[in-house]
Amino acid sequence: MHRLKQIYEWFDSRLQLSKPVIEAATHSVPRNTASWWYVFGSASFVLLLLQIATGILLALVYVPSAGEAWNSLQVLNQQIPLGWFLRAVHGWGSDFMVAVVLIHMAQVFLFGAYKFPRELTWILGVFLLLMTLGMAFTGQVMRFDQDAYWGLGIGASIVSRVPFVGGALVNLLLGGPIIAGPTLSRFFALHVFVIPGAMLVFAGLHLWMVLVLGINDWPMPGRIVKRSTYLQEYHELTKRDGIPFVPDAVWKDLVFAAAVMFAVALCAAVLGPFGPTGVPDPTIIQTVPKPDFFFLWIYTILSFLPENLETPFILIAPALGILFLLALPLFAGEGEKHWRRRPIAVLSIMVLAVGFAVCQQLGTYTPWSPQMQAWSGDTLPVRYVHTATPLGRQGQIVFQEKQCRNCHMIGGVGGERGPALDGVATRLTYDQLVRQVLQGGGNMPAYGKNLSPAEVTALVSFLETLHPEGQRPARDASRQYINTGELDPKQPGSE
Amino acid sequence: MSDEKVNRRWILMSIGVLLNGAVALLIATPIVGYLLGPIRRNGGYNSWIDLGDVSQFGMGETRLASFVNPNSVPWDGATSKAACWVRRTQEQKFQVFAINCAHLGCPVRWFPQSELFMCPCHGGVYYADGSRAAGPPPRGLFEYPYKVQNNRLMIDGGQMPTLATSASVRKESSECTG
Repeated sequence: MHRLKQIYEWFDSRLQLSKPVIEAATHSVPRNTASWWYVFGSASFVLLLLQIATGILLALVYVPSAGEAWNSLQVLNQQIPLGWFLRAVHGWGSDFMVAVVLIHMAQVFLFGAYKFPRELTWILGVFLLLMTLGMAFTGQVMRFDQDAYWGLGIGASIVSRVPFVGGALVNLLLGGPIIAGPTLSRFFALHVFVIPGAMLVFAGLHLWMVLVLGINDWPMPGRIVKRSTYLQEYHELTKRDGIPFVPDAVWKDLVFAAAVMFAVALCAAVLGPFGPTGVPDPTIIQTVPKPDFFFLWIYTILSFLPENLETPFILIAPALGILFLLALPLFAGEGEKHWRRRPIAVLSIMVLAVGFAVCQQLGTYTPWSPQMQAWSGDTLPVRYVHTATPLGRQGQIVFQEKQCRNCHMIGGVGGERGPALDGVATRLTYDQLVRQVLQGGGNMPAYGKNLSPAEVTALVSFLETLHPEGQRPARDASRQYINTGELDPKQPGSE
Repeated sequence: MSDEKVNRRWILMSIGVLLNGAVALLIATPIVGYLLGPIRRNGGYNSWIDLGDVSQFGMGETRLASFVNPNSVPWDGATSKAACWVRRTQEQKFQVFAINCAHLGCPVRWFPQSELFMCPCHGGVYYADGSRAAGPPPRGLFEYPYKVQNNRLMIDGGQMPTLATSASVRKESSECTG
């Protein structure tokens, strides 16, 4: 023991680090901040360190070359002992990190922590969030499978919409004219050097400011932040009711960080690594590209934007959102911190959270995408086939063969791009069905050129049978009147 | 600037700072050039690419053709390849569509039965002549300019077609819309 102390002193007399480190660790924090709500920032930092460590370990094997990256991931997954586990920890660590960073951000927002004097801490935090998302996207590119390839295509298509310099930006993003070797190389440089380096610097400054400005005190309704008095009040609070950060407050951070790391390891061990999906061969077009989990919401928004809003929205909305976040502490740097006195703040978080959850959920099953295989394999419910006339059966074949099923569901099977057709006969009359098939509209292509008149007749004859039992198909009363000179005797009055 | 600051050492330090600034500028200029290196004007990467003998493409049919991008590097692997849809409307008339959806670049698939191109990402649909049929795409499919030389179908390509870097720099290929 004495020997150890000697060694410690030998080093410390040269490094001179123990005094500032101990002072920083035991600095006084308000007692009410030793809360389970204050653990997300430290957990984000621990996850960043975990990502750096596992990233370096993966780089021992990974080949950052467009021709070999996919193969090297196969080797990691299949041949290197526990290579799959490291990939899984890195992948799940990334998802957990985005999640914890978002929770951290929501928490400090609701607790008013961005207000004076912590404006710059928040602003650096916004950049840290953007860099975390940047790491998640470039990390998906590292996987260099089909999803990564076409994800880059989506990225290039988005930047191509920038006025005037779009073409130049595409070349810059891809490192050339196409998604290929130079693209992966530059994303590797971003993922491994540029963004993590910047993140460490930013996270260091972020942490430094938490240390020197003090952790945000627990908000109280009515305790107003004023630039003139806040520092004095905070100083008095820590003096009157302060506890040393180590060990009185830090134990909760430690427990939560350990729980998060354990959750990452558990997910990794049980659920395994992400992909890689198919080989990144652009001539293999039988692929349904999908972004990673935390970008599904963008995927959803991109499919719902009206065409004329798309370019302005894609380019302007993110810029405005980021500007708003950066400017927030500058125009709302004073005032109430407590969530009960900030209804708009609470409402914003709720709207954002619900919107995010809905978009994510839609993104998991993409109802706007045609089911590319539905026409070839899905079966029709028996009751439609059972009672079908010969013409109706012809129509069923037309329905199936002309890929209508790719977008329209029948009996719960098929695409969801268009409306489900069970019961379509109760909504549209014969004439309306013919018109819809021939001219399309409402996001349906016009089939007028692609179907013969006989095929249209057969198809609509089948569609006419799509109504619930006991419910008659829609019909045009005037047509009935023209044909027979009288209204349908079974249905007195107008339908 | 007070007089006591403007002394010999201050001037020497200023010279040092200036020297470093000059050298930094000297190094930074080529770095910026290096970073902007990939940028070329629209079509700057293009050249004529051989898609093969015209007899491979049946009259009235639309089929997938693939080619090796002229701007490939040896470590591209499979990504040096690219695909396009070739539609032959007459003996010497073709339409060569980029595989990339005009919406966000996903690969569109051709369905010969319904004569439609469908995109798996956001549901863009195009007619056989490449014009927009439904969904979010802001325009029809991108077309490569082509020519038939010694019975071989050649296209003018080399860059990923997007709204800014469309495959066809020239407009002439639109006349063969069947």
